[in-house]
Amino acid sequence: MSYNSLEEIVLRCEHEKIPFWKAVLYSDIEDRDITDEMSFNSMKIMWRAMRGAGADYDENLRSPSGLSGGMGGQMQKYAERGGTLSGERMSRVIAQALQMGESNACMRRIVAAPTAGACGVLPAVLIPLEREEGISEDKILEALYTSAGIGQVIASRAFISGAAGGCQAEIGSASAMAAGALVSVRGGEPEQIVSAAAMALKNLLGLVCDPVAGLVEVPCIKRNVIGAVNAMSCADMALAGIESRIPADQVIDAMREVGKSMHVSLKETGEGGLAGTPEGKRIWKRLQ
Amino acid sequence: MKIFDILGPIMVGPSSSHTAGAAKIGYITRTLLGEKPVNARIGLCGSFAATGKGHGTDKAVIAGLLGMKPDDMRIPESFAVAEKEKLSFSFESVRLPEAHPNTVVLDVTGDAGREIAVQASSLGGGRIMIEKLDGTEVHCMGDCPTLIICNQDSPGVVSEVTSILSGINVNIAALRLHRDKRGGSAVMVIETDQPVGKESISMLEQLEGINRVIYVNGEVE
Repeated sequence: MSYNSLEEIVLRCEHEKIPFWKAVLYSDIEDRDITDEMSFNSMKIMWRAMRGAGADYDENLRSPSGLSGGMGGQMQKYAERGGTLSGERMSRVIAQALQMGESNACMRRIVAAPTAGACGVLPAVLIPLEREEGISEDKILEALYTSAGIGQVIASRAFISGAAGGCQAEIGSASAMAAGALVSVRGGEPEQIVSAAAMALKNLLGLVCDPVAGLVEVPCIKRNVIGAVNAMSCADMALAGIESRIPADQVIDAMREVGKSMHVSLKETGEGGLAGTPEGKRIWKRLQ
Repeated sequence: MKIFDILGPIMVGPSSSHTAGAAKIGYITRTLLGEKPVNARIGLCGSFAATGKGHGTDKAVIAGLLGMKPDDMRIPESFAVAEKEKLSFSFESVRLPEAHPNTVVLDVTGDAGREIAVQASSLGGGRIMIEKLDGTEVHCMGDCPTLIICNQDSPGVVSEVTSILSGINVNIAALRLHRDKRGGSAVMVIETDQPVGKESISMLEQLEGINRVIYVNGEVE
């Protein structure tokens, strides 16, 4: 059975003395009537595709609209020179988020997590961590189960598409999933995972979906960066023992309320926000 | 939603609804046709018509018709592949005020002359719905094994079909019946928990009153 609240997952973890990721794994094998191994294999395929998509980045590619490409390469070179304001780890996270977002815009193969527009957030925090700290693949797969459990609850209580709830539902959800995944990698408690997710979603509450010319490019690619960076800081806060004053499930419900009251011009219609600026409209006209 | 609806699909960008969903619609249409498509007239509606080009919706639909799945790296070059495979196609914008905002209508002809008309919509996250097949409502998602059986509307056909399925231990998850008029042509849409083998499909085809059996195995991703 899939979960309708994060509290439900935490309670199951307490009762059965299992980690968060295992509660999510159990729900998948119960849902689909499959074995642990089959579920793990599906997750392994997802992770390897994510990592493959990261390795596949080509800084010379440009999107069909001509709006995007190359930023991930610029950021990587800048990071390699050293002395960045946000430090080595965070610079790599930023570069990875840009690269994945650009690969998506350039019609390369990616893994939607939870959507294609937000596909850069999870790999941006996990790929550099795996590479730099030599974290085992199993640990990463556990983190992905953790993130999927968080995403599943968000999808069931609110939404994960920009058309339904604005960018908070896409990048916000991806960021909450990534924050929980990071706490899971570090072996944090279920409460810490849930706190990290709550804080990450809170920080992006109200973010509108305003893609220029209706394309998944501007501002979507760079918003993958804020999703990833926000996940890193919220995971660190949670691991420091900082809690969310508002319980995670109530934060998700607030996201739903905010999304519902958001004007339709700010929900993936390409009309309001950045899409409605003079430059946004000029780009739209040029592409017609 | 299942966890692999949250993580996944693995797909060629940039949009799960406008690219991956569009490829899936093309792919399932090819399955429904049961032949190699040689001609396709495609109508894009709503948001597909408005932002489809920038999202590669057109390339994705053609890729699907050519048998490419949503994660096929050749999707951006599908028009060139179509030329090689001798698939001719045309696109137009159409208005269907009642339809889902992301809708495609396809009229496709196969290499042995079969023609089908499909109306399908992309629901988001790469999930799709086949709304109509040859004008009849079917409403199936194609994400699990699905039998679409075209038959004469007469007593007993449904029970013969279900008894064959129970005989091979296939459990029915959903069963929907549609018909144009009493005693006219009817469609049965059966979604199952287990895959249905080739032999059982030909048993179904041989039943009296059954005109055609189409099987979608539910493995598009």
